[in-house]
Amino acid sequence: MALLDVNHLDVRFALRQGDVKALRDVCFSLDRGERLGIVGESGAGKSVAAFSLLNLIAKPGYIAGGSITFDGLELTGLSDRQLRKVRGHRISMIFQDPMMTLNPVLSIGEQMVECLKAHRRISSREARAISLRKLEQVQIPSPEKRLDQYPHELSGGMRQRIIIAIALLLDPDIIIADEPTTALDVTIQAEIMALLLELCEKHNVGLILITHDLGVVSQVTQRMLVMYAGRVIEQGPTREIINDPQHPYTQGLINALPQMATPGERLNQIRGSMPSLSQLPSGCPFHPRCDFATRQDGSERSRCKTEVPAFVSSGNCQVACHMVAEMQDAERIEVREENS
Amino acid sequence: MSQTIQAAMAPMHQDASTQREPAPGGDSLLEIRGLEKRFSLSGDFLEQLKFRRGRIVREQHHVHAINGVDLDIRRGESLCVVGESGCGKSTVARTVMGLLTPSAGEIRYAGERIDHLDSKALLPYRQRMQMIFQNPYASLNPRMTIQQTLEEPIRLHHPDWKPAQVVEKVHEVMSSVGIAPDWGSRYGHEFSGGQRQRIAIARALAVDPEFIVADEPISALDVSIQAQVLNLLMEAQREHHLTYLFITHDLAVVEHFGTRVAVMYLGRVCEVAPTATLFARPRHPYTQALMSAIPRLEDDRPQHLRLQGEVPTPVNLPSGCVFHGRCPHANDRCRREIPTLIATDDGGQVACHGVEEGRLT
Repeated sequence: MALLDVNHLDVRFALRQGDVKALRDVCFSLDRGERLGIVGESGAGKSVAAFSLLNLIAKPGYIAGGSITFDGLELTGLSDRQLRKVRGHRISMIFQDPMMTLNPVLSIGEQMVECLKAHRRISSREARAISLRKLEQVQIPSPEKRLDQYPHELSGGMRQRIIIAIALLLDPDIIIADEPTTALDVTIQAEIMALLLELCEKHNVGLILITHDLGVVSQVTQRMLVMYAGRVIEQGPTREIINDPQHPYTQGLINALPQMATPGERLNQIRGSMPSLSQLPSGCPFHPRCDFATRQDGSERSRCKTEVPAFVSSGNCQVACHMVAEMQDAERIEVREENS
Repeated sequence: MSQTIQAAMAPMHQDASTQREPAPGGDSLLEIRGLEKRFSLSGDFLEQLKFRRGRIVREQHHVHAINGVDLDIRRGESLCVVGESGCGKSTVARTVMGLLTPSAGEIRYAGERIDHLDSKALLPYRQRMQMIFQNPYASLNPRMTIQQTLEEPIRLHHPDWKPAQVVEKVHEVMSSVGIAPDWGSRYGHEFSGGQRQRIAIARALAVDPEFIVADEPISALDVSIQAQVLNLLMEAQREHHLTYLFITHDLAVVEHFGTRVAVMYLGRVCEVAPTATLFARPRHPYTQALMSAIPRLEDDRPQHLRLQGEVPTPVNLPSGCVFHGRCPHANDRCRREIPTLIATDDGGQVACHGVEEGRLT
């Protein structure tokens, strides 16, 4: 059984105009020590998916349905008190902006000791020793000195290293990293990602990496989910999806990257933009932007407009697309005809 | 009042432009020479006074945002300036546009010096050079409709145009960026990020400029929208024969978009080269590290050249080459002497002692 199992997760935001469905029918799982990427554009629901795992979605957001099972324990419906045993302890989190996540009025050491003492009964001296060891693990120069420094004395890259050290403090089973390097420069990003990968592998920690950068996902993760308008539309091994994406949206996303076009030529753009979650189109949420909602012979595939596509398997991947399903059916019929 | 001034300026501007050809320096549209920009950190005069060893002394600290930048932008090209945050790339853009006054150095536009002009004298140049900003959520006035936003620059630069002519021009630029002209009565917040950036591009195009400075125009946008906006910028370049100064930190975009690339580090240009040359053979150790840090789709693992340490602060600049503290090839000369840009055999320029001495290839 997988370490983390998310099944048919529905998250809604209760607004005056009615419920906005931020996540619909999201299913995925994570094995011990596995690294999973969640990819999508802003508004796709990737952060909500990660936050809802630890019930970190603020009101008016709520989990409307589905289950989240972690190591045999059902996380939805737990009280805050019970959830705190998991949160920050067995599942820890790295947020996007290293400038905002550290408390500016506490020294680095105090913040680390505080976190340890909240979960374990240990002396301050022991807690400090553990903190120092973790700072060494994230390769911070002169860690002893850093413990007594305040966040504003450190650069962005250094702060993100400290946040990684804090995330690792209690030897978690899973780290959720929400765009951990978006606020950083490319050379620093490369170092932080390499460090995160190295630590996860060394300590057999699972990683859920949320990002919009397909390059980062391909370097770090083993499996990936692609999200669009609150739904998972494709999932499978990272390499397979990057090399041979099946869903028209994933194809569009990869083909839109500048490195996929000849320099100076037109880029392959996806027309239109992500729909707002309060005005989702019927059927497949991607159909208004999809080039394949009309077939090659010009006829319209009406199912795309009326029916939400179910997942079909393609290789080791799962794709939610009527076109892929239709093509597979056609192939199957061909094979059957050949056999008979 | 302002209208009469512009009316007086308009004929002058035409005279000036006819006299200006041909520009010295061949096909360079913009020449930047020895540009420096410092920002004071020390507040006003009284705040600078300090009591030291029984005496009152005046102390000043500066952020050295750019120190001695030389760049040529050729007519019709897209010159991309890349670098990490704090390297001074946006300061270069703003100084070129006259939004900041340089602390030292010269900026020549089509052969004429423009860095010391007052805003009145700069007005004709402002029509010829326009800017697109990074954040389309901040660069559109929330209290103006799109129609008003787009009319404003046209009225300013063409005070003699009839209202119907202005409206016609607005409709023309709106349709050229793919925004339906009948949306003109809407406000900025009613549009998505990608649409707002299109409107910002339309505003720049409205006065028929020949030179556009784009400061990270796509970094606030989503991947699928980035492609749309880049395509639009390239189309506009073909149609209007534009010259771009394109500021970005995204090397993948540069490889696609740029004619030439300038790599900046800590307020200095460390390498300038034609795009294909730079990507095929980066010479400067910093360029090499920067290029290896881009996550690529075909990679299974991060594979970058690790740099030691982090970017030093531009308040206390290192002596010699600004990169020496993080450079794996630095020697004594690098710590002492500031390298200047030297021409390489493949058409680029590199500021590195190692390359000059032949230590590095």
